[in-house]
Parts: sequence; structure tokens; C-alpha cells
Amino acid sequence: MVTRPMPDPKILIEHLTLHYSDGTESLNDINLAIPANAITVLFGPAGGGKSSLLRCINRLNDLADVKTLSGRILLDGENILDPKTDIIALRRKVGMVFARPVVLPLTIRGNLTYGLELAGERRRSRLDEAVERSLKQAALWDEVKDRLDDPASALSGGQQQRLCLARVLALQPEVILLDEPTSGLDPISTGKVEAALQELKKNYTIVLVPHSVQQAARTADYAAFFLQGKLIEYAPGQEIFTNPKDKRTEDYVMGRFG
Amino acid sequence: MNETLSWKEYLITRAIKVTGYSAIVFVVLIFFFLLREGLPTLAEVPLSTLFSIRWYPIEGYYGILPLLSGSLIVTLGAALIAIPFGIGTAIYIAEIAPRWMREILKPLVELLGGLPSVVLGFLGILVLSPFLRRLLDLPTGLTAFTGSLLLGGIAIPTVVSIAEDALDAVPRSYREAALALGATHWQTIWRVTLPAARSGVLTAVMLGVGRAIGETMTVMMVTGNAPVLATSPGALFSPVRTMTATIAAEMGEVAGGSVHYHVLFFIGLVLFLISLAVNVTASAIVFRTRTRAERILS
Repeated sequence: MVTRPMPDPKILIEHLTLHYSDGTESLNDINLAIPANAITVLFGPAGGGKSSLLRCINRLNDLADVKTLSGRILLDGENILDPKTDIIALRRKVGMVFARPVVLPLTIRGNLTYGLELAGERRRSRLDEAVERSLKQAALWDEVKDRLDDPASALSGGQQQRLCLARVLALQPEVILLDEPTSGLDPISTGKVEAALQELKKNYTIVLVPHSVQQAARTADYAAFFLQGKLIEYAPGQEIFTNPKDKRTEDYVMGRFG
Repeated sequence: MNETLSWKEYLITRAIKVTGYSAIVFVVLIFFFLLREGLPTLAEVPLSTLFSIRWYPIEGYYGILPLLSGSLIVTLGAALIAIPFGIGTAIYIAEIAPRWMREILKPLVELLGGLPSVVLGFLGILVLSPFLRRLLDLPTGLTAFTGSLLLGGIAIPTVVSIAEDALDAVPRSYREAALALGATHWQTIWRVTLPAARSGVLTAVMLGVGRAIGETMTVMMVTGNAPVLATSPGALFSPVRTMTATIAAEMGEVAGGSVHYHVLFFIGLVLFLISLAVNVTASAIVFRTRTRAERILS
């Protein structure tokens, strides 16, 4: 496996091993350096541990029935797996978008200001500013600017997913995790989300689990191939999809299995 | 072969249809029976007497207001106890307790719900009411408050069981989304899980309250049976008598067809209408929130 030396990674994963109590999907000694201001794609067949890894980075995996967890995940040099980590602060710094858009039963505006209000922000001007900024970043502003007080449930699936992305952006995180964010979307909506991500990577660290190899190839600056809990190959996107080093990566990318 | 199959099919669907309709038929029959036996009251007793504050049937005083207020105050007290405790317990079981604790608590609470109310009344007379009398320095421990405490206890298992099911049915993705936005455990429960389970929790509350209104045995045993109109909050700590207890206590000794007999049925009619109103309100609210929820999920 190739891990390239990378100066100053945003996230550095060292010897991460994870087993669930029921023996399903797990991770074996993962080492991965995720750079800032780029889209890093974690791809591979289902059950490979991609989502588990994603959920470790914001400690959402604390909810799952984990048997063993060892190794370190350094975010800006701090080990976030340390039990003393302030998980609430971590989750504001590391936002997450899920496969199925989960809009909260509130207005469009309410969905966006929810996280900020939880964080204690009460000033109307700040909230309005965050609403406009985050909607523009998620390429949704033009579609909803005249109906911010409509229920969020009135939006289409693609709009809801971009709303979920905007909701994360409103908190001004540093890292954005996306777990198959476009799996339920039509190609046009998918294109909008991907375009938004390309724009966002200038300011954020993005970790994406794509829903297809094609999407991985389209979006990746760096790509990591996972197979049954192991990191098989990690390289810049152009390399791994055109000239993979490992036979298994090549077979998967070429569509020989998966 | 085909012939018998379709016959079977026909018979079974018919049988199910009949059982379905029978529920409606029974309710309608009961309602008409109550009307037939209760409505003559309006002709026999002047409204001014009926809605007066004196219940003393032997001398012709048929004021049902003390009984109404008695039922209301006991039920209200029970609701104030059962709702916070019931929902709190449900939240603990569904959201906070570790799995082994949940597996012990849930069946235990449901077992509590199966306790016969006479047994609770017995405990109320022997243990709770002497205790309250000494604790609060009251002339008697048989008060509306005693009844409220016990009724609250009776309603809690109903509230817990249904509210817990509702909370448990909230999709995990809601909780994860809130947590991923940096909500604390409590913020997630209060602002996401509980609102998402709103209609089920409301049903739990209504069924709990319905159970409390209709409960007869316990209140008859512990509330002191004094038909006095409750005019101040202090009435909570004095004896009262509820509508259910009045019917149960007096029905056995009235002559069929007498004025007293008709009045008792009239009280039953009032009870029926109250519980109907509670149920209709509950299902209206549940229906409204459900259509909203369906819009959200579509």
C-alpha cells in the first residue's frame, strides 16, 4: 500500500483498528493522511469500512456497538479519539451530510439556523448572514431565497440534500464529511452538489464516500480504495483511476467486480 | 379446489368485517341505552337543581356539579403526576438507559399496568392515606390528592408504554443528523426526537388521562366520598367524590326507573361525552400532525 508523505495533513489517521460487537464491517490498521483544501474520496465495494471510517472522524460511531477501537485520528495534530475530546465542539468543526437527506421538521430558515442556535447564537443579523452565505455556498440560494419561511419538507429531494449541506456549512466547520450524499438524487441534482463541492474545497477539507466509481473518478483529488476493512491503495485521483498500482484496485476500477 | 378457496376467502373477510362493525354497533347501543335511561332526568329534575352544588339524593337534591368538580380535580391531579413522570420514564427507557436496563424496565412497567386497581386502592387506604394524613397534618388522609397520586400511578404505565414505543419508532437518522450538527444528547431528545414522536406521545397522554377519568374502584376507596364542590385549590386536600364513584356506590341501592336511577344514568352520559371529547380531540390532533409528518417525509 502506498501512503504518500504529505506535508501538514489536516487529518492524520494512524493505525486505526475498529471491530463491532456483532462482527460486521470493521477496519484493520488504517493509515491515511487527508489534506486540507481538497476532496479526498473513500471508495470501494459495500462493507469495506468507508462509512465507519467517516463516522469515526466526527465520533458519531460512539453511538454504535463498538467492541474495539485503537489507533489515533489527529485533527490539526490533536487526537480526537481521546476520551477527553469535547465531542460537541468536534462535531461543529467536522460537519456531516448523510445519504438520505434528513430535513428537520422546520422551515428552510429554521433548518439552517438550528445548529447555530444550539451553539448559542441568538443575534438575528448573524443568523440571517449565515443563512444567505450557506445557501449560496450550497448553490441553493437562487431557488429558495423568496421562500425561506416555507417548510423545508416542501423542497425536492435534490434541494433537500443541498439544504442539508447548507445546514452543515452554516456552522462554518473546517471539515465536511459526506456519506453517499447523492445516492438518491437525479443526475442534475447530483451535478449541482458536485459543482458545489468543487467550489467548497477551496476553503474546506472534504472527505467524500461516493455512491459510484464514476463519481469517485469525477470528484477525487485524492482517492483511497477500501476492501473488506483494509486500505488497499491511496493516491492522487488521476493516478488511481488511470494507472492503479494494485491489481485489486484495477479490477474494481475497471468494473471486474463490485 | 378453487371454489372452496374463494368460499373460505369470502367467509373470512365477512367474519372480519362483522367483528369490525360490531365494535361500532356496541358503542352506538351503549350510547342509546344511556340516552334512554338518562334523558328522562331532564324532564324530572329542573336544570337549576341538576346544576346546583348539593348532591343529596334522599331529599331530592341532585346537583351534579360537586361530582363533576370531584372527577375533574382528581383527574387533573393524576394527569399532572402521570404526564411528566410517564414521559420522563419513557425518555429514560428509550433514549438514555443502557440496553440491559431497558430490557428489565419495559416489562416491569407493563407488569405494573396490569395491577388490579382494587389492590392499589387497598394500598391507598392502608398505607398512603395514613402517611399523607400524618405528613400534611390533615383531618383525614382520604382526599382528592390521595386519589390523584394513585390514579397517577395507574396512568403512568399506560403513558410510559405507548410513549416509549413512539420514541423508539423515530428513525435513527434524525438523531444522527442532530448529533452531527453538534447538538448535545439532551438537545437532541428535546428538540428532535420528542417533536418527531409528538403524535404518539400525545396519544399516550390521552389514553393515560382517559384511564384516569374512567377509573372507579381506587377513587371510591381513597377519596373520602364527600360530594362537596371544589371551589379553591385547597380542595385538593379535602375529601371529594367523583362521578364514577357515585355511580358505582349508589347504583346498587336505587329503585329501577326512579328519579335517582335516571340521574345516575345521566351522570354516566356526561362521563361518556367527556371521554368522547377527549378521544376526538386526541385523534384530531394526531391526525393533523400525521398529515404534516407525511408531507415532511414525502
